[in-house]
Amino acid sequence: MTARSSAIVSQEVAAGRATATSAVDAAIARAREVDAGRDGLNVFAWTDDADARRQAAAITDRLADTTPGALLGVPVAVKDNIATLTMPTTCGSRILEGYVSPYEATVVKRLRDAGAVIFGKTNMDEFAMGSSTEHSAYGPTRNPVAPDRVPGGSSGGSAAAVASGIVSIALGSETGGSVRQPASFCGIVGVKPTYGRVSRFGLVAFASSLDQVGVFGATVGDAARGLGVIAGHDPMDSTSADVAVPDYLASADADVKGLVIGLPKEYFPASLDPAIRARCDAAVEKLRALGATIREVSLPHTDLAIPVYYIVAPAEASSNLARFDGVRYGLRVEGDGLRGMYEATRSRGFGPEVTRRILLGTYVLSAGYYDAYYRKAQQVRTLIADDFRRVFESGVHVLFTPTAPTTAFPIGAISDPYEMYLSDIFTATANLAGVPAMSVPIGRVGGLPVGGQLLASHFDEARMLTAAFALERAMGAEAHA
Amino acid sequence: MSSSAITPLLDRWEMVVGLEVHVQLKVRTKAFCSCSAEYGASPNANTCPVCLALPGALPVLNEHAVGLATRAALALNCDVQPVSIFARKNYFYPDLPKGYQISQFDKPLALGGWIEIGARAEGAPIRIGITRVHMEEDAGKSVHDRFPGVSAIDLNRSGVPLVEIVSEPDLRSAEQAGAYLRVLKQILEYVDVSDVSMEEGSLRVDANVSARRRGETKLGTKTEVKNMNSFSGVERALEVEFVRQVGVLEAGGSVEQQTMLWDGHTGQVRPSRTKEGSHDYRYFPEPDLPPLVLALDWIAKVKHDLPELPAARRARFASDYKLGEYDVEVLTANPRLADYYESVARTHGDAKAAANWVMGEVLATLKTTGQDISRFRVRPADLASLLNLVRDGVVSHTAAKQIFGRMVATGDPPAQIAEREGLVKVDDDSQLAAWLDAVIAENPAEAERFRNGEKKLQGVLVGAVMKKSKGRADPKKLNQLLVARLTS
Amino acid sequence: MHDVRHIAALARLGLTDERAAAIVDELNIILGHMDELSKVDTAGVQEAIGVGAQGLPVRADQGPPFPLERSLDSFAPSLREGFLLVPRLSTHESSEEG
Repeated sequence: MTARSSAIVSQEVAAGRATATSAVDAAIARAREVDAGRDGLNVFAWTDDADARRQAAAITDRLADTTPGALLGVPVAVKDNIATLTMPTTCGSRILEGYVSPYEATVVKRLRDAGAVIFGKTNMDEFAMGSSTEHSAYGPTRNPVAPDRVPGGSSGGSAAAVASGIVSIALGSETGGSVRQPASFCGIVGVKPTYGRVSRFGLVAFASSLDQVGVFGATVGDAARGLGVIAGHDPMDSTSADVAVPDYLASADADVKGLVIGLPKEYFPASLDPAIRARCDAAVEKLRALGATIREVSLPHTDLAIPVYYIVAPAEASSNLARFDGVRYGLRVEGDGLRGMYEATRSRGFGPEVTRRILLGTYVLSAGYYDAYYRKAQQVRTLIADDFRRVFESGVHVLFTPTAPTTAFPIGAISDPYEMYLSDIFTATANLAGVPAMSVPIGRVGGLPVGGQLLASHFDEARMLTAAFALERAMGAEAHA
Repeated sequence: MSSSAITPLLDRWEMVVGLEVHVQLKVRTKAFCSCSAEYGASPNANTCPVCLALPGALPVLNEHAVGLATRAALALNCDVQPVSIFARKNYFYPDLPKGYQISQFDKPLALGGWIEIGARAEGAPIRIGITRVHMEEDAGKSVHDRFPGVSAIDLNRSGVPLVEIVSEPDLRSAEQAGAYLRVLKQILEYVDVSDVSMEEGSLRVDANVSARRRGETKLGTKTEVKNMNSFSGVERALEVEFVRQVGVLEAGGSVEQQTMLWDGHTGQVRPSRTKEGSHDYRYFPEPDLPPLVLALDWIAKVKHDLPELPAARRARFASDYKLGEYDVEVLTANPRLADYYESVARTHGDAKAAANWVMGEVLATLKTTGQDISRFRVRPADLASLLNLVRDGVVSHTAAKQIFGRMVATGDPPAQIAEREGLVKVDDDSQLAAWLDAVIAENPAEAERFRNGEKKLQGVLVGAVMKKSKGRADPKKLNQLLVARLTS
Repeated sequence: MHDVRHIAALARLGLTDERAAAIVDELNIILGHMDELSKVDTAGVQEAIGVGAQGLPVRADQGPPFPLERSLDSFAPSLREGFLLVPRLSTHESSEEG
């Protein structure tokens, strides 16, 4: 089941054939069906039905005096690491339990300005560190397609909110694949925009040079609509790019004929699950049939992405998470003096995976290790980015790869941290290079969704979406079968 | 402990000092957010998501801070780098909200400058190298004595922009360190980038000091001395720490690399609790701020637009106004005084008279009131008018001093005061004669002795007339009249 | 183990002995995978700094300040007369030994 498309809801509300309240009521009803009780999916860290209804009523009140926004009356779920004024922002962590931000993220403001109703904060791996949404202080989220399995992560709550039909659009965040991998696991669309395309102001930082707010959609159209609303320059974020935002919905009408689609051989290793490879082959054939030129390419430094990522991201995280010290907000646990307060607060407040990454990041930045780890990783990162630049300069417009090496795994199946890190093997490269990437459903294996990943050069989301719209249309029902 | 303790050591030991000077830039808003940078608001009133380090907040650099830092660096003869990089300096402290300070590390704003000290008193100028100038943000304030049992944190200062100016270890005595600081302060005042007040905390100094045997070329182990709150405190702290180090070395010990805290009340240094080895700031490039790229023509323009620096101004005052070394020194002490003087001199025309007045009456008045020249009530144009009145013989010099006093009190223009108070010089013969006759009548004995050739009594009689006329009598005419009256 | 204690202290994370021992093993395994990077020739390669960005933008030196919708007392753990309170520090207590 999917929520009604954002295009239809916003048109109907604008035309007066439906109300924001009815859209919100549908979301509330669906959330009650799937999310409640011990066997519920545990999609949300926070929902407030009354608040959602108040927002909806306000939209109805303003209807006469405002130009209808692209998301008029559309309920949108927001990951719990994005600052909201009326709901807590906890990042799935004890250290921020009950913390309500006194300011709002730019993306949330843009959603409101476009007429959206902010519908709940979604569960996530603590501080976005994880690939399964099992590392939340508030319990794991289940995969709506197979409730004994993980939805992927770290934006698993947002993916589940869309996949279970509560909302058609949800915001997630990406650092190494945290939107695309859960989109793949849950059989929906997930977009990670170009680094700098969407403001990070109000997104609680994990790894600042990699983080980007991403969008889940039930369909490519929903994701494109959401992206169009949140994209664009923000003077509050120094890494936000002042690059014009095209009409992403127009990508639906663009032709794939003449599009050159590259298949990087490093993403199709001999060890790749043959069933996933078969789904990829089928998708590529559809694109070829539509007139795209398919070309095998090479991104030779791909296998270094995980080591680079797991140096750079923890290093930045160790610094970004230093502000959680019990002094100004959030959890505070008293101890022996100041030092004791710091250690008690942070040890009690952070879960094991966050602790592990802070220690790893502190280590790779510490005296005597910086050059061997951090500096080296940042140099190899340049090589990874150069791989993409070369391929796109050679005339390739879009790359196609599998999104993840596996389908959704059972809850509790992976306990080795490094094995979990390998979930990001096909996705972390795009974050390291800063290029846009997305996952679209390309069928199922053993009843579990498989995602195909599309990547493009910096700020060329439009062409990436063109391929995605075409693929979605060509796959039809096969995308979910 | 004082200079007396150090003197006998100087035959055998040499002091080596490098200074790190932090200067608050003169901006309206903080370095990375639009909160007011002004001092004195109620605790934590000037804070926002950015300087409170709320989750999700991001820094955006203040353009004016970059301009001021660049101006400072160029005035110190540094090479401003076309690309510099902000870095995070990571450490935990309650007044450091992010858990890191945004600073610059291996790619600072500017490198390789110098300033000259001791250009006059000690003969040949000494050039002191400046290693680097970089931008960073200030921390908040920890108040330890406000409430019992707890420390109180005020983040109003958190995020205020600073430049750190690091000297080479080129200073060889406490006096040189003091001279360096005074020259540095003067230059920064001239380019108007900071209030540079150590008392108000807009200029802070840390000193790296070591001792080595005379003739030795290698540097000894240094300590970092902190917590000085005046230039003379820096000089005293350096001497005390030097004497301490030499004591350790002469006893066959070795100096431990550590941070020493100066206590101005007891005049002693004591080790801080910090172990040097425990510092590990884990610097890395600040990912929230892309590299700062400055166009070469922009840097050139800032350089071109630099105001005249102290050395140039001194040279010009000497040549344009034919002032002596001492006068130049006094009048160029700070740019506001120099501007004041220059305005008076230009408007009035007689540079020497202007210098005498500014160095005399003006500075004396400021010293009494404790005012800065920028707030002085007598504006340069009015002082020049007063000097014109004296030159043109409209008022006497004595009257001019009275008028000046009224100008300080009222701010009124001098001609108006002279008129109102009846201080315009009187050269009318009949009036002068009337005053003179009255004085002769009141002092018949003195008048008689003068008549009989006791010439020195002329001054007494003229003085009495001046007093009677309230300073208005034209002294030249009066003298002529007196001589004519009593010798004919 | 000494390293883990040191970095835990730098990161202000209290670790039980048991947890510290486990962390040593975990980090060693993870860092073992990182050693792959040492084989890559990166001579002359620039470090990736400011990915995708177009130079550092600046803001004008003017207000108004970014508003807080709720004041400090709505979220600060310990506040008195506008000050944030922390356990007592001795004057000039160092950042590292605090």
